[in-house]
Amino acid sequence: MVQNKGISLLFTFLGALVLLFIIAPLGSLLLHSSPAEISETIVDKEVTKSIALTLWSSMLATSIFAFFAIPLAFTMARKEFFGKKLIQGIIDLPVVIPHSAAGIALLTVISKQGIIGKTGGLLGMEFPGHVSGIVLAMAFVSLPFLINAARDGFSAVPERLEKAALNLGATPFKAFITISIPLAWRSILSGLIMMFARGMSEFGAVIIVAYHPMITPVMIYERFGAFGLKYARPVALIFIAVCLVFFILLRYLSISKRNGKS
Amino acid sequence: MVKVENLHIEFDSFSLKDIYFHVKKGEYFMLLGASGAGKSVVLESIAGLIPIKKGNILLNDKNITSTAIQKRKIGLVFQDFALFPHLSVKENICYPLKIRKTAKPAIEEKLKALSCELNIDHLLDRKIETLSGGEKQRVALARTLTLEPEVLLLDEPLSSMDVGLKGELRRILRRLNKQGQTIIHVTHDYEEAISLASRIAIMHEGTLIQSGTPKEVFTHPKNKFVANFGGIKNFYEAKLEENTQKETIKAIITENISFTILTKLKAKTGSVLIGQKNIIISTDKHPTSSINQFKGIIQEIIPARLGYELLIDCGILFYVAITTDTFNELNYKEEQMVWVAFNPSAVKFIPG
Repeated sequence: MVQNKGISLLFTFLGALVLLFIIAPLGSLLLHSSPAEISETIVDKEVTKSIALTLWSSMLATSIFAFFAIPLAFTMARKEFFGKKLIQGIIDLPVVIPHSAAGIALLTVISKQGIIGKTGGLLGMEFPGHVSGIVLAMAFVSLPFLINAARDGFSAVPERLEKAALNLGATPFKAFITISIPLAWRSILSGLIMMFARGMSEFGAVIIVAYHPMITPVMIYERFGAFGLKYARPVALIFIAVCLVFFILLRYLSISKRNGKS
Repeated sequence: MVKVENLHIEFDSFSLKDIYFHVKKGEYFMLLGASGAGKSVVLESIAGLIPIKKGNILLNDKNITSTAIQKRKIGLVFQDFALFPHLSVKENICYPLKIRKTAKPAIEEKLKALSCELNIDHLLDRKIETLSGGEKQRVALARTLTLEPEVLLLDEPLSSMDVGLKGELRRILRRLNKQGQTIIHVTHDYEEAISLASRIAIMHEGTLIQSGTPKEVFTHPKNKFVANFGGIKNFYEAKLEENTQKETIKAIITENISFTILTKLKAKTGSVLIGQKNIIISTDKHPTSSINQFKGIIQEIIPARLGYELLIDCGILFYVAITTDTFNELNYKEEQMVWVAFNPSAVKFIPG
């Protein structure tokens, strides 16, 4: 019992150090920014426009790619097929490769010489240096979060329930929409939030694909490089606050939805 | 109505072999077997949940082996109910109708009729997780019945219920069957089969070993497994003595043991069975020489629902049922030597 208490104390101490490591830079950022700097930055149209662009691009990336990613997650959860492990590896690839390298790789296909770039060109679309390029870069790096969360959600749904729906006359698509999606919704929503949050904070891939229009992580980098820490700090602080507000709000919505359902 | 022909299904550790049976319209057919016999696999194959590589399933003479699950018109009530946890009782029951885009008044009418018939009209707004096992079973049954299935498949529907609820659901199932609903029901419970089925089939280790009316099957069990299933434990393979002119005949069980039996059947081999209650035991040899008598040792005394069951080793094992009064009076003990006796007329011979 005494030993257990000792281990508990040790673990609490180690955990507290980790939390301090996360909180300290954020706290320091807050303490070093004066209210005058913050209020001045809040009304800076360049900053607000950039934050709106970042949020909008990430939202667009999440909603467009969810349409493709959720069926893929379902397939990965339900089907056994040759090369499944390879496909899982491909899904996880954006997490393990450096994001600047991901941006370069993406640029090779979305530039005017690339397959997507050429096809987009025929439809009058351009990617590098455009919002569409930012959306693609954000989606590229954040998709694994949605696919993996949704796959785990679908795996947790008993296959028997889908079979019961089929037996009751539902087509496989109806069973997917009426049974699989609602039952895996908690995980899907969590994946959507993670994808949105990850896309919003992306820097490496986006700066390669589209320096302009400027998303906030790129703006923070630019202000730091051109004017120094003093000018980058309030933008960083406001962006972190916006990210936290969105993250907490979405989490709260997902929890209240869950509680409402149960 | 339903024909299952030469059904073969292979799994890694289990296979179904050559399953063949017919179920007529309006019949209550029961598949009876121990756990792991493959009964549920047969049921799920008929519903289309398990793909079939060899064999055919016909519904009204139409081959439905490759028909999609949702087009079969076969309703399955799963053993674990498979109710949708995110929907209310009402939404679960109406699910098949909403899928078919049935008009709202028709849905309400159907819901009312079924919920009254199955006595679940007070549960309609409840969530699935708040229901008891019996309530879930009735909701699952109602949901499947909204389909108006040609055949209703029931996978161990009474297994998770207490005695009172079992009785109620049996009455419901009997009523449904009387209304013309064809039912294929899977169970491991012999009493369930006797009380409900018009015909049964016994399954063992992936094969169907005997089918017929419950009376046919349990009065003429094809082998020891079927006999045991019907509660007959004294079942022995036998060779009959040849060319006898006597009224009685000798059935040779082992090298040292043979029974005198009464039969007019001309057969060389078959099985003999003796009801547990037709065997009497005593501490001394019976003076009459015309009865079958064997000396043995009480191997085990097992308390039974009514009295006791004694397992006596006479070279072959006999199961003998005695009342509590007799047991207390004669004070039998394990390892005690006793005599086992039964009349030739108490032995039933089944050729085969």
